[in-house]
Amino acid sequence: MGLLTGLRDSITRVTDKLFANGDAEPKRIGIYGPPNAGKTTLANRIARDWTGDAVGPESHIPHETRRARRKENVEIERNGTSVHIDIVDTPGVATKVDYEDFLEHDMEEDEAIRRSREATEGVAEAMHWLREDVDGVIYVLDSTEDPFTQVNTMLIGIIESRDLPVLILANKIDLPESNKKRIEDAFPQHETTELSALEGDNMDEVYDQIAEYFG
Amino acid sequence: MPEIEHADGVQIDLISGERMEEKTSMEKIRMILDGVHEGKIVILEEGLTPDEESRLIEVTMTEINPDDFSGIEIESFPQSQTSNGSLLDRIMGREQTSKLTVIGPANQIESLHKDETLISALVSRR
Repeated sequence: MGLLTGLRDSITRVTDKLFANGDAEPKRIGIYGPPNAGKTTLANRIARDWTGDAVGPESHIPHETRRARRKENVEIERNGTSVHIDIVDTPGVATKVDYEDFLEHDMEEDEAIRRSREATEGVAEAMHWLREDVDGVIYVLDSTEDPFTQVNTMLIGIIESRDLPVLILANKIDLPESNKKRIEDAFPQHETTELSALEGDNMDEVYDQIAEYFG
Repeated sequence: MPEIEHADGVQIDLISGERMEEKTSMEKIRMILDGVHEGKIVILEEGLTPDEESRLIEVTMTEINPDDFSGIEIESFPQSQTSNGSLLDRIMGREQTSKLTVIGPANQIESLHKDETLISALVSRR
């Protein structure tokens, strides 16, 4: 299964490049993953490295990103060629959102309810876009957490079913409990690239991979 | 789905693949969420397609409200055979989705664990 999926991804990438139009619109690359995986930190890292601007605020509170944010026409240069992408930072996908979880972060009840409502709208929007509006996916996982979750399995399955190119990133390798192999074992049909979006570790390889997968 | 009169219990509905196969995606999702809203644990013999799973998450999010519904817990066996199907099968809509799937209300499922051959749920009454 893994070999076939990998072969299909490679063929898709090669044929996409063969038939690519030099004046084509930038590809819309959605940054997906569970809450608190570091999606916004990565989006900000990419945006700052190549445009000088940030995408949005980062926080340790789950669902800090409650609306998808887009940074358009980010030009990434690799090996003498340029890749143009629109980065879409999406809210962390979950199957439940309980406003009481926000109360643990010193929030008033009204603010917690407002946040949870915005978070649910954001997740619904992110799921809709995944079906309708992205050309590729960067799937970010916290490498200190167990990747064998139903949300991860479902999302990777949804991405595969739509034949979208997907780059799996094992984030937070700056933390001692980081475990890239666990992610590789969870999704052996895909290549996993490690990084620390916060510290900027291994970003050169990430940009090489972005150029290869989405260029 | 028929209601079983028992105020203190948790109703578990095991839904056969045959019962689901004639339904549209939205009918399946509605059946699942209606059951979960009523506090039932819904077990699907044959699971959902990836597209249906995506719509299930989307619709679930639109129905969450702080007063009585915080979402769903869902687990299925990891051996989804979807990606084993040929491209032609998928183009023709012949997705193989056979994967036992357990879905329940997040506020009643205390824990939901799985390994490759077992899904274990601890469910509280409402």
